[in-house]
Amino acid sequence: MGKDLIELFAPLFSPRGVLVAGVSSHPGKFGYVTLHNILSSGYAGEVHGTNKEGGEVLGISLFKSVVDIPAEAVIDLVFVCTPAASNEQLLRDCAKRGIKAAFLTSAGYGEAGDEGEKAERQLVDLADELEILLAGPNGQGLVSTPIKLCAQIVAPNPPSGAIAIVSQSGNFVSSFENFSLAAQVGVSRAISAGNAASLSVSDYLDYYSVDPETRVSLAYVEGIPNGRDFYQRARQVTALKPLVVLKGGATDNGQRAAQSHTGALAQDDRIFRGMARQAGIAQAFSVEEAFDVSAAFATQPLPRGPRVMILTVVGGWGVVTADAMSDSDLVLADIPKDLEKIIDKKLPARWSRNNPIDCAGGETRDTIPEIMAIIADHPEVDAVLYLGIGIQSNQAKMFRTGPWGNDPDVTRIIAYHERQDARFALAAAEISDQTGKPILVATELSLTDPTNAGVKAVKDSGRYCFPSGPRAVVALNHLWRYSQYRKKSNQTK
Amino acid sequence: MTKKSETKTLSEPESRALLRQYEIPCVSDSLVEGPDAAVAAAREFGYPVVLKLSGAGLAHKSERGLVRLGIGDEESVSRACTDLLAAARPEDHANGVLVSPMVEGSREFIAGCYRDSSFGACVMFGLGGVLTEALADISFRLAPLDHYDAMGMMSELTAARLLDETRGEPAVDRKMLSYILEQLGVLICEREEVVSVDINPIRIVDGKPLALDALVEVRP
Repeated sequence: MGKDLIELFAPLFSPRGVLVAGVSSHPGKFGYVTLHNILSSGYAGEVHGTNKEGGEVLGISLFKSVVDIPAEAVIDLVFVCTPAASNEQLLRDCAKRGIKAAFLTSAGYGEAGDEGEKAERQLVDLADELEILLAGPNGQGLVSTPIKLCAQIVAPNPPSGAIAIVSQSGNFVSSFENFSLAAQVGVSRAISAGNAASLSVSDYLDYYSVDPETRVSLAYVEGIPNGRDFYQRARQVTALKPLVVLKGGATDNGQRAAQSHTGALAQDDRIFRGMARQAGIAQAFSVEEAFDVSAAFATQPLPRGPRVMILTVVGGWGVVTADAMSDSDLVLADIPKDLEKIIDKKLPARWSRNNPIDCAGGETRDTIPEIMAIIADHPEVDAVLYLGIGIQSNQAKMFRTGPWGNDPDVTRIIAYHERQDARFALAAAEISDQTGKPILVATELSLTDPTNAGVKAVKDSGRYCFPSGPRAVVALNHLWRYSQYRKKSNQTK
Repeated sequence: MTKKSETKTLSEPESRALLRQYEIPCVSDSLVEGPDAAVAAAREFGYPVVLKLSGAGLAHKSERGLVRLGIGDEESVSRACTDLLAAARPEDHANGVLVSPMVEGSREFIAGCYRDSSFGACVMFGLGGVLTEALADISFRLAPLDHYDAMGMMSELTAARLLDETRGEPAVDRKMLSYILEQLGVLICEREEVVSVDINPIRIVDGKPLALDALVEVRP
C-alpha cells in the first residue's frame, strides 16, 4: 500500500519536469508568480510554460499550446493558471503527452455556485478518464523541498525539514511556512488542497504517512464531508506518524436537535474533539499551537513517561511554566533524593531544592550543561524543559550596540556570553540525542530577537526554540499523549 | 438526520429493560396500575420511594410534574399514584405508574448515545443535573469505544474531580462507569432501530453508578 501511494503521488510531489500553463508577463499575475517561484527556488527538473500568445518570460520561451511542446521534454506535472473554461482542452492535451498530475489554481468551480459545482464534477470525471492526479482547483500551490520545488502563487519558500502540511485554506499553508521559515524548522511537503474536488485532505495525509521525508503531518481543516471516514483514515495515519490538526469553524450546524439531550448537546466541534483524542490526533486550538506541536514532533523524541524537570535560571518563568503543567497530563516530578545530593555539589546552598530547579544565579561556566545532563540521565525523569537561554547574549547585544562596545573587556565578555548560550543550546540537543528524551528550550527571545546567539544556536542544533515555557508545555503534553496512544495501540493490536 | 415524527420513545420500563440487556446497572422498578399495587410495591422496596407516570409518549416528565420524589408513607404513595394517573393526557399513552426505591447520592452524570449525520454512532458523557445543558461539560467518542477512550471521556470533564472522593462520598467506580460507556457504544452499534439513548441521570450511590431514568428513541 505504502509503495503504491508513493508511486501515485510521485508526479505531484516529485515531478521530473513542470509545465506552468497560463504564464503571464505581468508580475502581478499568478502565471508569472508561479514561474518566478519555481525558477528562483532551485528546482532542478525541466521547467516549461505556455501562453496563448507565446513570447518569453523570465528567460523561458513559452509555447502557444501544450501540443507545441517537443516530445522529448520530460514533464510530469502541469501547474494550471488558466481560466476554468480552457481547462478541459488543456488537460486532454497534457494527458496525451503523458503528464500524470495537475495542480489547478483556477477559480470558478465548486466555490462558485451551482454552475461551478457542475463544472467541478465534470473536471473530476475528466481527470479520472485521463488518469491525471488532480489537486485543487482553487488552490494556492504546493511545495516539495526534497526536490526544491516551490510551485505556489504565494510566498514563502520554507526551509527543508520533516513537517508535511495540507490545508483546506491556502493562506494557512503560507502561515505555517512563515512559521517554519522564522523558526528554521523545515517542511518536507506542503499543499493547498483548494476545493479538494478529487484529492482530499485524507488522501494527502495517507501519502504523508508513508513519505520517508515526513516525520509529522500538519493539517488545517474546516468542513469535513464525512466525519466517520476522516476518523478511520486518521487512525491509519497516526498508527505510523503523528498528525496535528487545526480545525476551523467551531460552530454548530444546528440541525441535530433530537429529542435527546445527547443529540441536543452534540456539536461538530465537541464530537471532533472527542474523535481527535480517540484517533490519536494532536488537535491544536490556535495557529501558534499547531506549529509549536508540529515543530516539537519534528525535532524531539517522544517522551516515555510524564515526569518533567524544569531547569531554569529565571525564577518567574519557572513558576508560570510549572503552573501551565497543571492543565496537562504531565507531572512536575519531585526531585529524587539521589539527584538532589548530586545537584547539591554543583549549586550554591540556596538553590531551590525542588522542581523547577532554580540555579539561583549560582552558575559557573559548566553548571548548565552538567546539571542538564545529570537530570536528563536520571531514570525517574522523562523530559526536561530548559528556561533562560539567551539572557546573557541579550546583554551582549546591548554591550555591542552601546558606546563601550569596542572596549576589550566588553568585547571579551560579549564573546563569552554568546559562546556560553551556544554551548547550552548544543548541550540540550546532544543530551537529548544521548538520552533519547525530549529537552525543550524556551525563551521569548525566539520571537523578540531571532538573531540572539542562544536562539540562533538552538535553531542551528536542528531543534525548535519555543517562544515560552507554557507553550513548550502544551507541545510536550501532545507528545506525551501521542506516546501513550501509540503504546496503547501497539498493546491492543 | 432523523426527524422527530419518524421515531418514537420507549416507555421507561422498556428503556431500562434494554439497558439491562447491555448490563448497564439500573434502579429497580415496578409498573403498577393503581394505588393499592403502588403501596404494595413501595412496601417491598422500602421507603422512601419515587413515583412516575409511565407511558410510551412521555418525555421530559419532570417539567410536567410527573415525577414525585422521596415519598415516605403509604398514604402519600396512594395519593401520588391517583394524582399521576389523573394528570395523564391521551398523547402520553399512559400505561400505569412506576414505583422505584429512592436512591441517595449527591453526584449525577448524564450518558447517552446517538447517530450523528457525519461521524456516525457516538457516545456522550457529561455532568448531569439541572445544569447539564447550561454548562455543557461533556465529552464525546465515536462508537465503538474502548476502555482507554471511556476513561479519557471522564478525565476530560472540567468537573472530573467530582469522580474522586468528595464531600464524604467515596470515589466513583471509574471502571464500572467506563463499562457503561463502552456498553452504550456496543448498544448503538448493534441495535439498528435505536436512534438515541439518554441515561439521565446516572446517580452515584456509594461510589457506584446507577441509571435512574432512561429515554430511548427508536425507529418504529
